[in-house]
Amino acid sequence: MEKSMKKTLISKLQVICGVVGLAFGLAATQSQAAGGHNVDLQKAPINLEDKASLQRGARLFTDYCMGCHSVNYIRYERLTTDLSIPEELVKQEFIFNDKDIFAQMRISTPAEYGKKWFGTTPPDLTLATRWRSPDWVYSYLLGFYEDSSRPYGVNNSVFPNVGMPHIMANMQASVSDEEFKSAMGDLTNFLTYTADPDKLERENIGRWILIFLAILFIPVWFLNREYWKNVH
Amino acid sequence: MSKNTLMGWVDKRFPATKMFKEHMSEYYAPKNLNFWYFFGVFSMIVLVNQLLTGIWLTMFYEPSADGAFDAVQYIMYDVEYGAILRYLHSTGASAFFVVVYLHMFRGLMYGSYKPPRELVWIIGMFIYLVLMAEAFFGYLLPWGQMSYWGAQVIFNLASAIPVYGADLLDWVRGDFLISGATLNRYFALHVVALPVILLGLVVAHIIALHEVGSNNPDGVEIKANKDENGIPRDGIPFHPYYSVHDLQGIVLFLFVFIAVTFFFPDGGGYFLEKPNFEPANGLKTPEHIAPVWYFTPFYAILRAVPDKLLGVVAMGGAIACLFLLPWLDRSPVKSMRYKGFLSKVGLTVFCVCFVILGFCGVKSPDAYFLPGLTWKITGQICTVLYFLWFITMPFISKAEKTTTPPTRLTVSH
Repeated sequence: MEKSMKKTLISKLQVICGVVGLAFGLAATQSQAAGGHNVDLQKAPINLEDKASLQRGARLFTDYCMGCHSVNYIRYERLTTDLSIPEELVKQEFIFNDKDIFAQMRISTPAEYGKKWFGTTPPDLTLATRWRSPDWVYSYLLGFYEDSSRPYGVNNSVFPNVGMPHIMANMQASVSDEEFKSAMGDLTNFLTYTADPDKLERENIGRWILIFLAILFIPVWFLNREYWKNVH
Repeated sequence: MSKNTLMGWVDKRFPATKMFKEHMSEYYAPKNLNFWYFFGVFSMIVLVNQLLTGIWLTMFYEPSADGAFDAVQYIMYDVEYGAILRYLHSTGASAFFVVVYLHMFRGLMYGSYKPPRELVWIIGMFIYLVLMAEAFFGYLLPWGQMSYWGAQVIFNLASAIPVYGADLLDWVRGDFLISGATLNRYFALHVVALPVILLGLVVAHIIALHEVGSNNPDGVEIKANKDENGIPRDGIPFHPYYSVHDLQGIVLFLFVFIAVTFFFPDGGGYFLEKPNFEPANGLKTPEHIAPVWYFTPFYAILRAVPDKLLGVVAMGGAIACLFLLPWLDRSPVKSMRYKGFLSKVGLTVFCVCFVILGFCGVKSPDAYFLPGLTWKITGQICTVLYFLWFITMPFISKAEKTTTPPTRLTVSH
C-alpha cells in the first residue's frame, strides 16, 4: 500500500513537472521571439513610487505632448491625489484653458487637424505603455535621428517613418544626453502610471488579501485534520 | 421530519433537508479522492466569481460601438475599485479554463468518462462548449483591436461553409461587417443566454454525478461493496468530510488566483492581449492576430490543415472526438494506474501535444520552434498525434494487458 502510494505520488509529480517544464521551455522560446522585432529596446527606468519623477513626467507631458496627444481617461484631479501636486499648482500650470479640475485630460485640437498635419490622428496615450510597452515608449522617445528624406527632417529607429516630428529636439539640444535620457525616463514613468494608475493601491490591497488567506489557511487546515484523523 | 420547527415547516413544503442529505451529508464519496479532485470545486468558485463580477460590470458597461471601449476604461479609471472588478472577471476567464482543463485531465487519467459516468462526461463536455462560446462572446465586449480582429478571424471560418457560408455569416453578425449590431447581440448572449444555459448544465452535471457516484483514482466502484446499512464501505459523507477538505483547496486556490489577479492581471499579455488596449479599428489590422491562450490549441489545429473547410472540420472534430471517449475507450479498467504501458504513453503524448498546439496557435507559422522545425510543421505533427490518440484508443485499450484493480480502495489517509 505504502509503495503504490509513493509510486502514484512520483508519477503525479512527474506529470506536473513535465507539463510545467514544457510550458516554461516553450514560453522561453516565445519571449525570445517577441523580444526580436529587429530593434533592441532600452530598459525604461520605471518606478511608480517615485512621485517626483511622475510629477516631472506629468509636466513634460502637458508642456510637450498635450498639444496633440490626450490622456483621456485621466482626470486632472488625479494629479492632485495620486501625484500629490497641489491643486492650485495643477490649475495654474497644468490646465491651459478654463477646464474644471475634474475634467479629463483631453486636447483641444480637433482630430481632423492632426490627420491633415501628420497624416494620421495622434492617438490617445493613456494606455500607450500597455499596447506597446514602457521600454518601447522610452526607446521611441530616445529614438529620433535626422533624416532629410522625411517631411519633418527626422525619423525614428523604433518606429520607422513615423509621422510625428521630434517635438523635443530643442530641449534635447539644450541639455546633456544624461539629462535628456532622465527626462524621457520621467515621461515614460508618467505614461506607465496613466496606463494603470491604481496599480500600487491594488497591489497593496492584494497583499492584505494574501495575508488574510494565509492566516485563514491555518484553522482550515486544522479543521480538516480534526475531521479526517479517525478516517482509515 | 415533521417536527414542530421552522425546518419542519419548510420540509413539509420544500424538500430542503432531503436535498441536503442527498447531495451533502448522505452523499458518499470515495475516501481516497486526491489533489486532482479539487478542480471541480475550483471551477464552481470561479463560476460564482464570474457571475458576481459580471453583474457589477454590467452595471457600468455600455454595449455600443461608440461607447464600449470608453465604458470599459470608465470602469478601469473612474468606478471605485472598478479595475479590480474588471481584472477579477478577465483573469477569472483564464482561471476558468485552467481549472476546467485540469478537471478534464483528471477525468482522462482516472477514466471518469467510462460507464456508468458517460452522461456526467457528456454534460461536462457541453459545459466546456458553452464555456468556450461564453468566452468568445465576452471577448468582443471590450471592443479593443484584438476583440474585433479575433472575432473577424472566427467569423471568416463560417465563410468556409459551402453555398450558405456568406449568408450565414451576415445572419450571425447581424450586419455586413462586425459592428454595433454584432456587439449588442454578443452582449445579450454573453450576459443572459449563455449563463442561463451554463448554470442549467452545471446543475445537470452534478445531479448526474450524484446519481452514479464519484469515481476515484483507483477506478473502484465503491457502491459495489456496501455495509449492512447500505452505505459504501469505502465511502464517506461528502459533508462534513469533503466540505472541510475542499475548503483547504479553496483557500489555496484563492491565494494563487488573487496573487495573479492583483499582481499580474494581464498574465504577460496572455490573459489580456496587448492590442486590446487599443480601440477596435476596422481599417487597421494588428500585426499579429492570435486568439486568447485557451483557444490556441484548436486554432493551431485549424491552421495545420492547408484547406480552409477541412481545417474547420478538423477543429470541430478535435472537440467532437472528446464526446466519444466513453465508447472509444474499451479497456476493462478505468484508472490509468491499472492500464497498460501504451495507454500511459498515449495520454502523455496527447497532453504534451495539446500544450504544444497551444503554443503553435500564438506563433507565426514560419517561425522556428526548434532548428529546422517550423511551428507550422510542429502544429501538423501534433495535430496528427492528437487525432491518433482517439483513433488508436479502441484498439490499444482493448488489446493491451492491464493489471487487476483492487476490489477496495488502495490508499486512505
